[in-house]
Amino acid sequence: MSDEAGFGAATEPGGGFRKGAFGVTGSGDTSGFGGLVRVEPGGAVALHTTDRPYGGWFDEVTDALIDAVGAATYAAAVHRVLVDRGEITYFVAREHLLTLVQALRDDESLRFELCSSVSGVDYADSGGPAATPERPRLHVVYHLTSMTYRRRVRLEVAVTAEDPHVPSVSSVYPTADWHEREAWDMFGIVFDGHPALTRILMPDDWEGHPQRKDYPLGGVPVEYKGAQIPPPDERRSYR
Amino acid sequence: MTTTSDPYAGSRETTEGRVYTVTGGDWDQTFGADTHDDERLVVNMGPQHPSTHGVLRLVLDLEGETVTQARVVIGYLHTGIEKTTEYRTWTQGTTLVTRMDYLAPLFNETAYCLAVEKLLGIEAPPRAQTIRVLVMELNRIASHLVALATFGMEMGALTGMTNGFRERELVLDVLEEITGLRMNHAYVRPGGLAQDLPEGAVESVRELLAVLPERVAGTHRLLTGQPIWQRRLKDVGYLDLTGCVALGVTGPVLRAAGLPWDMRKVEPYLGYETYDFEVPTADTCDAWGRYLVRMGEITESIKIIGQALDRLEPGPVMVEDKKIAWPAQLSLGADGMGNSLDHVRHIMGQSMEALIHHFKLVTEGFRVPAGQVYTAIESPRGELGYHVVSDGGTRPFRVHVRDPSFVNLQATAAMSEGGMIADVIAAIASIDPVMGGVDR
Repeated sequence: MSDEAGFGAATEPGGGFRKGAFGVTGSGDTSGFGGLVRVEPGGAVALHTTDRPYGGWFDEVTDALIDAVGAATYAAAVHRVLVDRGEITYFVAREHLLTLVQALRDDESLRFELCSSVSGVDYADSGGPAATPERPRLHVVYHLTSMTYRRRVRLEVAVTAEDPHVPSVSSVYPTADWHEREAWDMFGIVFDGHPALTRILMPDDWEGHPQRKDYPLGGVPVEYKGAQIPPPDERRSYR
Repeated sequence: MTTTSDPYAGSRETTEGRVYTVTGGDWDQTFGADTHDDERLVVNMGPQHPSTHGVLRLVLDLEGETVTQARVVIGYLHTGIEKTTEYRTWTQGTTLVTRMDYLAPLFNETAYCLAVEKLLGIEAPPRAQTIRVLVMELNRIASHLVALATFGMEMGALTGMTNGFRERELVLDVLEEITGLRMNHAYVRPGGLAQDLPEGAVESVRELLAVLPERVAGTHRLLTGQPIWQRRLKDVGYLDLTGCVALGVTGPVLRAAGLPWDMRKVEPYLGYETYDFEVPTADTCDAWGRYLVRMGEITESIKIIGQALDRLEPGPVMVEDKKIAWPAQLSLGADGMGNSLDHVRHIMGQSMEALIHHFKLVTEGFRVPAGQVYTAIESPRGELGYHVVSDGGTRPFRVHVRDPSFVNLQATAAMSEGGMIADVIAAIASIDPVMGGVDR
């Protein structure tokens, strides 16, 4: 993010990335904010894959996980691993999610007893190419905590909006019950095998899933002293 | 009673759409016809009920006074804060998240700012970190005092409530002196703090610390030894360690089950590893243990605040990077935070570049490199986690809050089924959920 990168480098944005402030092409950036790369659907940091060794205890956990589920299953289940900002993320195929979390919870050298959080993320409209079946837009992010070893890992499962089915982990982690209901309510992700997948925050008869990026914000233009103030999602914004 | 009608909420079609009417009905037309189980009674409790700890609705299946099934209905306070953050800048996010768990606003702000700082790869200056610890521990005391106050009220000990709110007011006065506001402070900002401690604040905190131990002892005298209080709490709302971990329960409820799991100790942040304090635990797994743990934590917080005051060194309270730090050091007036006149003079009268910079930073905000992080801190109610995703823009792409109240409230059924209906109140009060955090 040095000045040279933002000010002098007149590179055309391509490959689905936006660069610089205000989305200006060329060297229009005088703010010094330039040089930051925006992302594509498929993960906020889908650009990178971390190769082994991952460093620290990440290798230890990965080896234990491979031992627990078998190399073939691991290779089929985990298609990408990312180490970023001191956190490790396993990108998991949904068919193998339950096998992995069961091993992560029960294996003696893993012991991720606590499912801290399950959250949805909608990567549509993140500035890159459109979501496709190969780059699914809906992600379910699991944060697992090992109280025994004091470690945290993140699992990420991606599904398309057309086929938003993910197996429920509530049989392994009962605490995921409400988290999954929230992800269904807000993102329309269907957790197969959940005991009672109903809306939790929105009213029961609500239509749509409000935290999806294409969910309209609503609102009407408001007149103030003769000027029209457009509703929030139609206002000019810095992207 | 036809098979299609709903005894709780009948519906009819109108030109405006389907209209639901919450109704009762004659006994023989609703449940009287149910010959399978004569004693079954469904009681709807809340969402507007003085004993449900906020706008929480419980649907209780009773047999006599025994609860056979407890279902928790939430969402009455849902305000879409997570969604709203996606349409405001990273700095404005502080003002939004502080309104989630409104009894622990400074914890929300700090957890959010730690997440943003982790994404940015920066760290707040030492003085800012110490002040964050200071205000958070003050906030923890205030929050636990409300927990005790509402606990008392819901158990019928009204003096416990008035006393708890009275002592909390002392803490809020100090927080108002420091931040300008009693609640929803927006004091902690990405990169540091909105402003330094005002003159005289350190003395005010010390005066408070001199008073608080006596007030805590007063609460002990009022409640701890009281036989009615003990009998209402002991062996009520039982949830053991296995149950806590399976249900994701953290905070005082988990520590009352015997596990000293406190993020300040197990995953220290803001230099908590350098403070000398204990993690109070109990092994009773019941409401009584949770009450004692909270009382113990107030005392430990007093210790931490004293140490934080002692180690306050002069220095900046915001990172030096002018692309992140808001240029204005706000000044504190009688009516809250206001403009710094020196800064206004500088940008309006002296430097065009400073004006442009101010305008860009305040309206557009700063950009945060793409990526995602999860940061967790110990809020008064347990693990407060922020899963923050950036797409490289000037606004958060996604902010998900793992609010401890939301997760802990799931334990209601496990704690209260099979017990008496009066103990449901004690169980929920011992979880201490804050509905602003549950519903977000």
